Amino acid sequence: MTIKTVYKRPKLLKERLFHYCPGCGHSVIHKLLCEVIDEMNLKERIVCIPPPGCSVFAYNYLDIDMAESAHGRGAAVATGIKRVSPETIVFTYQGDGDLSAIGTAETIHAANREEKITAIFVNNAVYGMTGGQMAPTTMIGQKTTTSPYGREVNKEGYPLKMSEILSVVEGTVYIERTAVNSPKNIKKTKKAISKAFQVQIDNLGFSMVEILSPCPTNWKMSPIESWHWVDKEMVKEFPLGVIKDRIKVKKC
Amino acid sequence: MKAKVKMKGYIEINQESCKGCQICFYFCPKSSISDSGSINSSGYFSACFSDNSECNACGICAIVCPEAAIEVYRE
Repeated sequence: MTIKTVYKRPKLLKERLFHYCPGCGHSVIHKLLCEVIDEMNLKERIVCIPPPGCSVFAYNYLDIDMAESAHGRGAAVATGIKRVSPETIVFTYQGDGDLSAIGTAETIHAANREEKITAIFVNNAVYGMTGGQMAPTTMIGQKTTTSPYGREVNKEGYPLKMSEILSVVEGTVYIERTAVNSPKNIKKTKKAISKAFQVQIDNLGFSMVEILSPCPTNWKMSPIESWHWVDKEMVKEFPLGVIKDRIKVKKC
Repeated sequence: MKAKVKMKGYIEINQESCKGCQICFYFCPKSSISDSGSINSSGYFSACFSDNSECNACGICAIVCPEAAIEVYRE
């Protein structure tokens, strides 16, 4: 009887413990990135721009080249690297406080300039590392440390939908919103990431994958409750699916 | 005499990487994973695989495991 390996720890994932909380979506996304980079054979030519936030130590886990950026400036740093060395595949790994709050300008203008970069946008509806403050993507009525009675529309406004905003910018080619809260959604996320990288390899333009990710600690839930909460609450506000796909148009 | 359970697959859980989030318990279609009851060096109650399970190596536990602590094998 031969024993076949069905699933092995990805080769590009370093042998060390994640510092993330139990049930965090970051480590699932790290795992997917490693699998995609390994399958597409991009290890030698890929550069990741990790953000400040919980995933600031991404270089401890992913065995690829990294260049840390200041808060929100991921797209700007990625632009520089991509312009200096166009052969490199550059992707930013940004959270919602990073990409949709302090880095809104950089992201929109990088997309508008049709920079050939990829953004992995991890949306967990709060500022995770600093203790769960309200982010622009926080749900209406969601309790956070800076909105203890729940987010109110007339005071704090509506959740910001970055994928929809970027979909009307001319320079974006591929935008998809996925989640990492079930085996099916995790597989879809993996496909979306590899499609976004392929857009960059084909030199078509800006691509982004928005990933709805659970944050059990700051949502004050158990890991499995937080995975369900993504489906119950977040998906209503941030519908999943391909938001923009201009790959065929650009290839013609 | 106890009837032999025909196993088609099995998993290996790295007890030290496991953080006891119990997400694999929930998603396993055969309910083959349970609490080991022992604490690992990081202070978490780690998961363990029950030997008498009907595991068919579907790999769902490994896909959802946030710590990449599970490896799946098929016989």
